[in-house]
Amino acid sequence: MTSRVLRIRTPEGVVFSQTLAGPVIRFSAWFVDLMVISGVMGVLGAVISIFGLISQDFMVAVYTLLYFVLSIGYGFACEWRWRGQTIGKRLFRLRVVDAEGLKLQFHQIVVRNLLRFVDSLPYFYAVGGATSWISPKFQRLGDLAANTIVVRIPQITEPDVEQLTAGHFNSLSQYPQLVARLRQKVSPSEATLAMQALLRRDDFDPEERLTLFAELGQHFRAKVPFPPEATDGISEEQYLRNIVGLLYSTKRKNPDTWV
Amino acid sequence: MIIDLPRFIATERPYWQKLEAVLQKLEAQPDTRLSLDETKEFHRLYERTAADLARMDTHSEPETRQFLENLVARAYGEIHETRNRPARMNPLLWFFQTLPRTFRKHSRAFVLSLMITLVGSFFGAMTLAFDPESKPIITPFPHLLQDPADRVAEEESALEDRLDGHKTSFSAQLMTHNTNVSILALALGMTYGLGTVLLLFYNGVILGAVAIDYVMAGQTTFLLGWLLPHGSVEIPAILIAGQAGLVLAHALIGRGDRNPLSTRLRAIGPDIVTLIFGVALLLVWAGFVEAFLSQYHEPIFPYAAKIGMGLTQLVLLTVFLLRSGTSKKNP
Repeated sequence: MTSRVLRIRTPEGVVFSQTLAGPVIRFSAWFVDLMVISGVMGVLGAVISIFGLISQDFMVAVYTLLYFVLSIGYGFACEWRWRGQTIGKRLFRLRVVDAEGLKLQFHQIVVRNLLRFVDSLPYFYAVGGATSWISPKFQRLGDLAANTIVVRIPQITEPDVEQLTAGHFNSLSQYPQLVARLRQKVSPSEATLAMQALLRRDDFDPEERLTLFAELGQHFRAKVPFPPEATDGISEEQYLRNIVGLLYSTKRKNPDTWV
Repeated sequence: MIIDLPRFIATERPYWQKLEAVLQKLEAQPDTRLSLDETKEFHRLYERTAADLARMDTHSEPETRQFLENLVARAYGEIHETRNRPARMNPLLWFFQTLPRTFRKHSRAFVLSLMITLVGSFFGAMTLAFDPESKPIITPFPHLLQDPADRVAEEESALEDRLDGHKTSFSAQLMTHNTNVSILALALGMTYGLGTVLLLFYNGVILGAVAIDYVMAGQTTFLLGWLLPHGSVEIPAILIAGQAGLVLAHALIGRGDRNPLSTRLRAIGPDIVTLIFGVALLLVWAGFVEAFLSQYHEPIFPYAAKIGMGLTQLVLLTVFLLRSGTSKKNP
């Protein structure tokens, strides 16, 4: 299932997006939660069995009530305490949020968890799974009633652009008119593509890395051809590094360094 | 065309970090109240970060965008939330005011829930009255299939306590089972109320069939003594769960309400949670009574005392639901 994105426009006119979590990953998170509940009940069962020495009847009653409270209250407690997350959701980097981007309320958590009773019918969340599969926002019935969605939490890191450009001589910067033309012709998405390729360069296989940088280099050469004396003797990766350096920096005083 | 990303990040990062710090504080302590100056600063930081995110529209660098989107999304939720902040829970206030007021607010749904159950009871009673052979189909539970007269004779002459050593666990099973049924009655409201109606009707059918079975066998006193102590609380509790399901269904259907579906559902959310928590409390009490009192008959407990207790509970519950929290002193 492809990921879908929910876009919310604030009254200030700013748009932010939330990546919706699909049924499969949500089912996986639920399965982890089920394992957690079973594990906790196993431990508690061992503790509760001590009551059996006093009264078997009391022990069964405590176990029945505890299982009931834990199976229903687990979702309430975790999602309220961890702002929309259970252990399973934390593991898969998911979070329950208000469908309109507002603050998640306690009653929303309760409603979405109580409606598991109908979502889980007849077996293994068949109703909830089918509903979320056809829902544009991947909502099961509980989410629809509570006006909630489940989103993926992105890895929040600030880009380390400086590492690509700092301290390197940039032979292309000797041609300010060509640099200006380059900055004019290259679109934001092209610039992003080049920078992302450099930032993730260590993730590629060596051969794929060479091919990718050769193709990207060819693409940018076609946009603005620099004189051969500026490009000869440098690798495709270094060429692209210089291109990205020119696009992302406004350093003017000393074009040979990138600080 | 392309903004200077390193300088942009270097310039704006302090503001993002300040906003992040405020958000962390608010998220860690939901009861936190910001002073006027803190609120102004929070709003300023939010607007600045939102503006930074808007600037990123000319620059699709994904990591910075994600970082800013996350910050703006969290701050947006805090700033634009107009619903009342959940006050610190006061159980007594909730029980004596919020619960009965919510019940009365949706009294039409309760009446409908009651009517559906009564129609089901009438249907069950008439079916059994005219076709006694249908008993195993209408009430397919072993403990209800026995001839009422035989059961009464058996219970009244019993020398041993058949629940001895099982009363507490039986009580716990009753509580959890009835609460499960109640939650299902609520949750089935999402089937546009159809599931809730069917569940209430079916409960009514069983109730009506059992009642007529004992009445026709001349065991009305036993029936009242058996059912009233716990039924006077348990049956209204199931009806209230049905009421919650019908409230949910009404919001889903939206008849007579031009608000969007999400607004309608948002409006009734707190009410159905209040109702179902009230139901759970009532069922805990009913479970105790059913296990420790209802299953004991004459000569252990006189029927008059059991019936009297059941009627008293019913009157008290009715008065509580209709009158509690009506004082103007506590709006």
